[in-house]
Amino acid sequence: MKRFLINFGLVVLAVVALAVWVRLPWFGALILAVLFALWMALTRSGRQAASVTKVGIGTLRDRLGSSLVIVIGIAGVVGVLVALLAMGEGLQATLNSGGRNDTAIVLRGGAVSESQSVLVRDDVDVIEQAAGVARDASGKPMASAELVVAANLRLRNSQDEAAAQLRGVDDGAWALRPDLKIVEGRKFRPGMRELVVGEAAHRQFAGLDVGKDIKLGTQVWKVVGMFQSDGAWNSELWADRQTVASAYRRGNSAESVLVKLTGPSAFAQFKAMLAADPRLKVEASTTRDYFAKQSEGLSKIIRVVGLTVGIIMAIGALFGALNCMFAAVASRAREIATLRAIGFRGTPVVVSVMLETMLLALVGGVLGALIVWLIFNGYHASTLSGFTQLMFQFKVGPDLIWTGLKWALAIGFVGGLFPAVRAARLPVTTALREL
Amino acid sequence: MKYFHLVWSALFRRKTRTILTLVSIIAAFLLFGLLDSVRVAFTAGNNVAGAGRLVVTSRMSMQQALPESLGARIANVPGVSSVAYANWFAGVYQDPKNQVFSFAVSPDYLDLYPEIVLPADQRAAWDRTRTGAIVGAALARRFGWKIGDKIPLQSTIWPSKSSGNNTWTFDITGIFHARDKKDAGNEQTLMFHWKYFDENNQFGSGEVHWYVVKVADPAHADSVASAIDALSANSDHETRTQTEQAFQASFIKQLINIGFVVAAIMGAVFFTLLLLTGNTMMQAVRERTSELAVLKTIGFSGRAVLAMVLSEGVLMLLFGGLIGLGLVAVIVPGMAAASGGMVPIHGVAGQTWALGIGLMVVIGLIVGLVPAWRAMRLNIVDALSGR
Amino acid sequence: MNAAVAEVKKDSGPLVEIRGLSKTYTRGKQKLEVLHHIDLDIARGDFFALMGPSGSGKTTLLNLIGGLDSPTDGSLSVDGKRIDRMGEGQLARWRAGNVGFVFQFYNLMPALSAQRNVELPLLLTRLSGKQRKRNAAIALQLVGLSDRASHKPSELSGGQQQRVAIARAIVSDPTLLVCDEPTGDLDRQSAEDVLTLLQRLNREHGKTVVMVTHDPKAAEYASHTLHLDKGTLVEQSHAA
Repeated sequence: MKRFLINFGLVVLAVVALAVWVRLPWFGALILAVLFALWMALTRSGRQAASVTKVGIGTLRDRLGSSLVIVIGIAGVVGVLVALLAMGEGLQATLNSGGRNDTAIVLRGGAVSESQSVLVRDDVDVIEQAAGVARDASGKPMASAELVVAANLRLRNSQDEAAAQLRGVDDGAWALRPDLKIVEGRKFRPGMRELVVGEAAHRQFAGLDVGKDIKLGTQVWKVVGMFQSDGAWNSELWADRQTVASAYRRGNSAESVLVKLTGPSAFAQFKAMLAADPRLKVEASTTRDYFAKQSEGLSKIIRVVGLTVGIIMAIGALFGALNCMFAAVASRAREIATLRAIGFRGTPVVVSVMLETMLLALVGGVLGALIVWLIFNGYHASTLSGFTQLMFQFKVGPDLIWTGLKWALAIGFVGGLFPAVRAARLPVTTALREL
Repeated sequence: MKYFHLVWSALFRRKTRTILTLVSIIAAFLLFGLLDSVRVAFTAGNNVAGAGRLVVTSRMSMQQALPESLGARIANVPGVSSVAYANWFAGVYQDPKNQVFSFAVSPDYLDLYPEIVLPADQRAAWDRTRTGAIVGAALARRFGWKIGDKIPLQSTIWPSKSSGNNTWTFDITGIFHARDKKDAGNEQTLMFHWKYFDENNQFGSGEVHWYVVKVADPAHADSVASAIDALSANSDHETRTQTEQAFQASFIKQLINIGFVVAAIMGAVFFTLLLLTGNTMMQAVRERTSELAVLKTIGFSGRAVLAMVLSEGVLMLLFGGLIGLGLVAVIVPGMAAASGGMVPIHGVAGQTWALGIGLMVVIGLIVGLVPAWRAMRLNIVDALSGR
Repeated sequence: MNAAVAEVKKDSGPLVEIRGLSKTYTRGKQKLEVLHHIDLDIARGDFFALMGPSGSGKTTLLNLIGGLDSPTDGSLSVDGKRIDRMGEGQLARWRAGNVGFVFQFYNLMPALSAQRNVELPLLLTRLSGKQRKRNAAIALQLVGLSDRASHKPSELSGGQQQRVAIARAIVSDPTLLVCDEPTGDLDRQSAEDVLTLLQRLNREHGKTVVMVTHDPKAAEYASHTLHLDKGTLVEQSHAA
């Protein structure tokens, strides 16, 4: 009964410690580490712990197999977790990076994406003249009515076709996306069947090289330029809106209007004015909000999947680590008992076993994060966004690596705790007699 | 088989260790089961029932509409036995988050889908009702719809003439089921009359998003497909005709090039598992060196000892793995139910079990191999004297 | 040696016949001759004790007789079979049918009950599960442990464990029992029980027993004792 209570207490302790740990920022961990180092350096039991740990780490080489198992097991968990989160992060970054506070997108009321929206010519005119819209040097409103259609293209190095997003834009489109740069060729000319392709689209689809002709449906378009952007447009093909509309039989309509605001603060006025206009049934949002909303669902799914997979794997690795550390404690039972017979107390023994596990776990975490960083940082992936392909890159940033390391240390903590306590509770006499 | 209790008792010689290892294995196969179920759900589709069906969409993109008049011409193509058509509706119910997989279909559309079961009286009622809609059982459960209900759906694309806005009202006249339980994904849809759609939507009319074509002989599907595409070649509405499988497969492939990611995860999982279990087996066998030596002393041959240690590994993997997959089988229906049928997996497919058991045996053999080899080569005299 | 030969029943010859037996171990570059040109006969139905200081080669000799190891030189036949010429697999089969082993530390399977431990050698026979159980029960009864059949080794005393080990050694009815320090880890009383049991098996059941011991009291139970020193036989004597 007493034993059960102690074990139960340990489990509660582990859960509480983990809960705190999860929320701990990196400097919190740093403070903990410093405090711990001070304890080791300055107190009697701390110094004892240090020397016991040294002995334990010295024997690691003899237990290479099971030490490696902990390291690699935890590397696996951290690797998978970081890879999945990097996928979510990359996707979110791509979807969000086009978002700004000083540009607004206007869709028909109720529409949640461009392809669900329709705006007629009159709507476009009213929107572009609304208050709050910035004007360029010549006094023209900085706005672009746009239209997206899906265009089937053959994938590079494959016989399969996939849909690319073909965006018809007005002249103003370029100024509204300051991060977008033409990296090759030139912009399309209005009225011509000319395409400017995003870098990611160029990478994903066959036949989008600058200077080449490409057939979309029955019509031949000429690729005249390539642009680069961090946002979702990098996956798109751009052309003149009127030309796209006629090629895809969309009359004179647009789906959305993108406007540059005089400043972030002008948005409220702009939105209110559109809402108040009886001719319009539209909804405006800043592009920041709009893109964030677009990415919400997908990123959330990936996050949930990542965490679920990570947790299940972590459980697997945790029990593996427990196993290895129990074995390590068993194989060192005699040595630990000798230390205690000499007069070492329980705490240093507990601390040393846990330190050892956490050290192995840390090595595993670093290894896993490193491997994922090497393989996946910048890894190109694509998914289906609506009907068309969206290309994005995995992003393995310091945040994610820190998350991974936190997980590694948490697994090391729990994986070491129980074996450590067993080691400390081992009756000295039995342990000395054993084997 | 008579050695079974020997293997079994060896396995549970150290209960803590075995249980810890089993949990690792359970976790790995839990993961495997979940991921593979998703894979199966995405790739399986309704392969058999879909045989002999072609999907005709615009060559430009799936969203691009085709003229309704094309249907009659397709029906005249030799080898085509029947033609149906449908339009995207893109409905949401009450909240933009509640997307309803809904489309407008031609009157004979259901006849091409024998895997969808709608009672005859409900079918008749649907045919009679202009604004009638039939819904899949899972979808009906999700929103608590019953036959006779009048439900408003917002189309995210099409404004309705009668309401003046995007709200369309439907009368539910039937609830259909999937003939095969595994296709329960089909029960997530709502279908209504294309005629109602065409008459009541404010944009254009006479347009169709895709045709479904039943071919008389599936073996000739390819040539029929080319013949259909030839009908509209060089017109402004060129078509692209694919078998239903190819159509679904291309859709899924695009959803995410998930293959590599899933493969990498599973690779990492099983590599880790291999290592953990292998290490445990090594420990276990090392500890039992003298016991194995005694067995050999008594007269057990090296091969018998090898077999015993190998089967110990396989047994451990099977034990943990089957629990893991069993858990998946228990969890998945719950997950599917909790998500309102949005999670596309409905159980552990036969091929997942088969692949899983195959993996268990193979991994079991691999982790057992080194210790088993050592056990076989064990020198009795050395082992007994503790060297 | 003459004394041993004299015990031989004339119609069947000695059970164990050893001629010119040598055993050399190679450990790294070092060669170590553990047994040097041994000639020895052990008669059927004998209770034979091998004594000698540690390192004298007595366990090696025992292992050779039991077919656990193969000699470097010389011949060794048991019951007319040249076991020195057998391969590993043949030896294993031969051991299963002809020899029972008793060790100093009992070497029972800790995870198996006494009954299951005793049954172990029978798994190598064609006996049915039922017959195996019955034979194991008989063997346990013979060593006086029927009431402990379902106990695990850890629940038994040292003496009891050794008696279970003896039951395991005789369950497949071998002609030869090979015992390596069977009392080495037992208290006086348990040791006596075990030795009495071995003696009874020898006398009442006709088992030929070869026992290594360094305990003169244990050797007293044997009908013959032989001393080994540095790999050669030095002396033999009749027990009382």
